[in-house]
Amino acid sequence: MAYSEKVIDHYENPRNVGAFAKDDPTVATGMVGAPACGDVMKLQIKVNEQGIIEDAKFKTYGCGSAIASSSLVTEWVKGKSLDEAAQIKNTDIAQELALPPVKIHCSILAEDAIKAAIADYKSRHGS
Amino acid sequence: MKLPIYLDYAATTPVDPRVAEKMMQYLTMDGDFGNPASRSHRFGWQAEEAIEVARSQIAELVNADPREIVYTSGATESNNLAIKGAAQFYHKKGKHLITCKTEHKAVLDTMRALEREGFEVTYLDVESNGLVDLAKLEAAMRPDTTVVSIMMVNNETGVVQDVAAIGELCRAKGIIFHVDAAQAAGKVAIDLQTLKVDLMSFSAHKIYGPKGIGALYVRRKPRIRLEAQTHGGGHERGMRSGTLPTHQIVGMGEAFRIAKVEMAAENERFAKLRQRLWDGIQDIEQVFLNGDATHRVPGITNISFNYVEGESLIMALKDIAVSSGSACTSASLEPSYVLRALGLTDELAHSSIRFSIGRFTTEEQIDHTIKIVHEAIDKLRAMSPLWDMFKDGIDLNTVAWVAH
Repeated sequence: MAYSEKVIDHYENPRNVGAFAKDDPTVATGMVGAPACGDVMKLQIKVNEQGIIEDAKFKTYGCGSAIASSSLVTEWVKGKSLDEAAQIKNTDIAQELALPPVKIHCSILAEDAIKAAIADYKSRHGS
Repeated sequence: MKLPIYLDYAATTPVDPRVAEKMMQYLTMDGDFGNPASRSHRFGWQAEEAIEVARSQIAELVNADPREIVYTSGATESNNLAIKGAAQFYHKKGKHLITCKTEHKAVLDTMRALEREGFEVTYLDVESNGLVDLAKLEAAMRPDTTVVSIMMVNNETGVVQDVAAIGELCRAKGIIFHVDAAQAAGKVAIDLQTLKVDLMSFSAHKIYGPKGIGALYVRRKPRIRLEAQTHGGGHERGMRSGTLPTHQIVGMGEAFRIAKVEMAAENERFAKLRQRLWDGIQDIEQVFLNGDATHRVPGITNISFNYVEGESLIMALKDIAVSSGSACTSASLEPSYVLRALGLTDELAHSSIRFSIGRFTTEEQIDHTIKIVHEAIDKLRAMSPLWDMFKDGIDLNTVAWVAH
């Protein structure tokens, strides 16, 4: 399958791969997908007192498009408030990476990962 | 070293230069370009002689009579002609057919088509090593079973079925036995004087011949009859009409001739290369060899790399040309049905790679492949949340995944 240059760039030089300490109260984690489906994304966000996402990290098991989608969203969420980050749409991700139709689910998964991380943060902080 | 390294010989092979040289003599005005069916002039006679020489060369590799060889466009057509042709010709005897779940799509989809025509098909499970259990096959046979179709060498795993024993079972019960030998010819010894095989499919492009040409072996004693699937001028004893492509056929003949001469030495060399590859990879944690370790052709090695995903692995292995599952299904996102039939989980089936070595593979290429595989696995596991969980001792089967 022919990948776009942006997918290949994110795949070969993934941004923000890694993990934060799980017990850090400012960290929230979203993990979505299933191994049987061929992709699992773990997105972690570090949120400051003003409710702004200061930093983000990911680990992804999946195809090149899944890795690129998660790498891209770690860049996009940084500096955004939780509400702003929640506005990121899978269509924006798919468009930015020029994903082919069979890979749209990767962008949907990346959007789900952001939402899951935000939900995790909110459930921990009772808001 | 020239990159990428070609390690997908099970998908197709380059035409051997000796074969290409032969083929070129049958195309232009200066060559024997005639129609082998033209009986009225020497252009036709010379072309006919060439296709008959090739027919003998093909027959010799598998110890058959040249009159038992029918030219087709490839193994897919041979499988269609064999299975549909026999099922339809003998339909008054019964309408039950047997095959197994790890067959090539050219067999499985042909069976599906026959189901729509009112035939009943049993799709046998295979054991975890990829082999058909003979007792289960025998149990599936019924008085109305007319055709059993089992491949000799599996295209994804390289597992070799016990065609001799299956043939005995079929012959004892008067059932026609078809064997898809697209991956077997020129790789394992085939003796059709001893094997109780009635129909056998061959392809040229898997053994350094051209694409677009194949053959079907149709046994004469006892005689097997087929309903033709392509109608026309009555070529190939009425079983497959259509002008014979002389240059393709000559190429196939030459490829089969070379295979007969070089097969033994080549297999010895492949076995060493395969061992070198496996020795270099098996020290990686959580890698698994798929398919039986001994009943296997040396050319194909199928390995699962746990906790990395197959497609991203293929991307990371961009300097080596390998495949994930078979080329015919790699456009889909489904994990390989062949590996699923061996009992692999979806995850392991998703993360499997088929390395297939061939005539032009070198030790240097294998060593470079080992290096690239190590780098790719290190990189992808560093990025894999599943690898982290495995290292933390979490059983992934106990996790409540959100399927999508």
